[in-house]
Amino acid sequence: MQFLFDKYAKNDRASADPVEPSRRFILKSIGGVGAGLVLGMQLPSAAKADSGAAAVIKGDAGAAIFAPNAFVRIAPDSTVTVLVKHIEFGQGPYTGLATLVAEELDADWSQMRAQSAPANAALYKNLMFGVQGTGGSTAIANSFEQMRKAGAAARAMLVEAAAKAWGAKVDDITVSKGVISHEALAKKASFGEFAEAAAKLEPPAEPFLKDPSEFVLIGTQVPKLDSEAKSTGKAEFTIDVQRPNMMTVLLQRPPVFGGKVKSVNDSEARKVSGVVDVKTLPRGVAVYAEGFWAAKKGREALQIEWDESEAETRSTAEMVADYQKSAASVGQVVVKSGDAEKALAGSGNTIEAEYVFPYLAHAPMETEDCVIEAKDDSAKVWAGSQFPTLDQAAVAQTLGLRPEEVDIETMFAGGSFGRRATPVADIAYECATAVKAIGRERPVKLIFTREDDIQGGFYRPMTVHRLKGAVDTDGRVSAWDHVVVGQSIMEGTPFESMMEEGVDPTLVEGARDLPYAIPNLRISFHKKSSAVPPLWWRSVGHTHTAYSTEAFLDELLALGGKDPVEERLRMLGDKYSRHSGVLKAVAEAADWGSAVPEGRARGVALHKSFNSYVAEIAEVSINNDDGIPRVHKVWCAVDCGIAVNPDIVRAQMEGGIGYGLGHILYAGLTLDKGRVQQSNFDTYRSLRINEMPEVAVTIIKSAEAPTGVGEPGVPPIGPAVANAWAKLTGKRVRQLPFLPAEA
Amino acid sequence: MAKLTLTVNGKAHEVDVDPEMPLLWLLREELNMTGTKFGCGIAQCGACTVHIDGVATRSCQTTVEDAVDSEIVTIEGISGAEAKAIQDAWIKHDVPQCGYCQSGQVMSAVALLRETPAPTDEDIDSEMSGNICRCATYVRIRQAIKTAADTLKG
Repeated sequence: MQFLFDKYAKNDRASADPVEPSRRFILKSIGGVGAGLVLGMQLPSAAKADSGAAAVIKGDAGAAIFAPNAFVRIAPDSTVTVLVKHIEFGQGPYTGLATLVAEELDADWSQMRAQSAPANAALYKNLMFGVQGTGGSTAIANSFEQMRKAGAAARAMLVEAAAKAWGAKVDDITVSKGVISHEALAKKASFGEFAEAAAKLEPPAEPFLKDPSEFVLIGTQVPKLDSEAKSTGKAEFTIDVQRPNMMTVLLQRPPVFGGKVKSVNDSEARKVSGVVDVKTLPRGVAVYAEGFWAAKKGREALQIEWDESEAETRSTAEMVADYQKSAASVGQVVVKSGDAEKALAGSGNTIEAEYVFPYLAHAPMETEDCVIEAKDDSAKVWAGSQFPTLDQAAVAQTLGLRPEEVDIETMFAGGSFGRRATPVADIAYECATAVKAIGRERPVKLIFTREDDIQGGFYRPMTVHRLKGAVDTDGRVSAWDHVVVGQSIMEGTPFESMMEEGVDPTLVEGARDLPYAIPNLRISFHKKSSAVPPLWWRSVGHTHTAYSTEAFLDELLALGGKDPVEERLRMLGDKYSRHSGVLKAVAEAADWGSAVPEGRARGVALHKSFNSYVAEIAEVSINNDDGIPRVHKVWCAVDCGIAVNPDIVRAQMEGGIGYGLGHILYAGLTLDKGRVQQSNFDTYRSLRINEMPEVAVTIIKSAEAPTGVGEPGVPPIGPAVANAWAKLTGKRVRQLPFLPAEA
Repeated sequence: MAKLTLTVNGKAHEVDVDPEMPLLWLLREELNMTGTKFGCGIAQCGACTVHIDGVATRSCQTTVEDAVDSEIVTIEGISGAEAKAIQDAWIKHDVPQCGYCQSGQVMSAVALLRETPAPTDEDIDSEMSGNICRCATYVRIRQAIKTAADTLKG
């Protein structure tokens, strides 16, 4: 999964891309800068704890700090700081990666600390991406061996230093809970005591790793490293960064996607007290001010004429109609077995259903923001940087610097759900253009308002799905024909190299890997284009494919008179044992088949995403206030291999269920002549505490390699609720959200 | 611009600002108390919740002018038995995920416990439904409030 930036640059697909002028510019620039940066970086092996030689570095107080590799820092006071290569925005990598290091280091949990690693793809790339970045629920999966080896190497060096000092054999020395001991010699020492001596030793080429049966921290509950700072208001986010003489910038973006500035009258804006300047940037008009409030008032006073000639000016209703037209015919086929068309034509027992999924904004609690302090020969960036390599390249190119001259401090981010992972690095890029336009004398903080966030694009793409299915005389599903219609997220971005034969996996994932045995199967897609920029949104394609496949399957099973759990298990057979495992576990936890309280019904759904398996059962009643489901309880079973931090796995399932539920019930974006009609949480409604179900999570015990949990809790909740709702009311909801979007 | 005096966390601050500016931005940018967060600007999300004369209030919709002559308490200055119980319970249950809304959640929860020392689920829903958490940490917020209430009961 190396990103072939140079190939991308040569293809220059973006030149045909109507999304926005700056996008082409950035991608070409990343192509130019990134080729050497990324492809030239060939580390010998991820597993070698190799990156960065052992060294003594100077800490803040001038104390010697043992740096056995790029990831571990041991101070004289024995605190162990893990440099975390993944952004912490709630999914838990600070705690997770520190757990992996601590396990092999045999540290005591109380001595562990975590901080963000700097932007340096050579040292801190995501081993599944080839660039430094967080996404696809890969933080633990790609770090599992790497961080353990980093901890194991540090341990081996400490032990060797102790052996030398004590005149003992390394084999006679033990380490437990942060204490290095030699029983026969009655010696004990802390890590700090040997930190400096250990730093002078060679790191082991292949550090010895524990057998999983010896784990003492992995699989147990350790307190999260960031809970205290986040419960006391001390955690620092990008929006909290204050620099001397810093200006705040609000950018007025076009009212339609693909719009451009035609003319600006800024005379009223400049009269607002606190407004410093107004500049036209590639993506809009920037108001620079002494603070947020002045910038906002100044921006409200701008008079801008827009050129909408290349913009998306359709309404979503028109776009849906166009998608529906396409969905009526077979698209580019990605899966074919048997002959679905023939089987459907020959069956007297068929269902046809069309699903419409809206554009969705991620709406992280902290809106998008970035701070840049630039000098002639360098720049410092503070950001919730989800793809530091791309942000670094975008800032470097914009400011005429080399990537290594751009230092990124990755801050805690107030959520992302995919929004901070734009392939075009839009947030950092916009901030850099603001710096470029006004000069480098004063630092700049770019802030999005909530309206900017919700109306600013980079949405979960809108899709239409058409499914046709048949059941045979035994009530078994005999044919399945699925057409997906939507925009490609990857096309025209550095991620395009992940596409094969024109297939964007994010459009059909979860549909093309249907685990159920169906004799006649066909999955196809139509790609659509629009100037509305699409983006991955927590669980990406699975957000819609899990709903359409699991809700449609439920319809077919009902038509065939089958039990939703039993028949799924039969259709999974022996081949999909991990799917079956979570389905059985959730059915057992919920006591599936037992009596359900009066006025309620239950639905089940099962979906694999990001190599994790999740089944959920939702119990719903009718919410009399607005006639949509009230979800009382959700049972969830997850198989994510070894659960490194079980409580974080539980938290991610709880959160994924809440995030998914809020959107399927309430959230959708609509365009009226290209203008987004929703703007804030009053019209783009979020789940609230009174709407949150009770959640019971079962984690499957597993010895398999760990897989992600940030996203996989999301996909099953929609269809589980829809299936429960159908059972309760007889109504099959095929257009989301349940409560139609308001303007 | 106007010269005003505001009492924040027990201390008087003289400021010279636009009196119409929301209290939120005064706290964050003038007084450098950044624990109080911006989330929506229209009192929909509760990330900016502070206590004004003991009442949980959205500082994004309270002007600086309106906050003169009031006792303002932010996450930086919150104290007392309820605050300690809530924050301890938040840490015990590992409530925060991204953490961005949690200052506001804590401020609302402390106000709830001061009014209602033994809240029911309905009390929690009613007091806390003004605070959005996009990570949906609601299950743990509920548990933590109950744990804090139990702690206070002794």
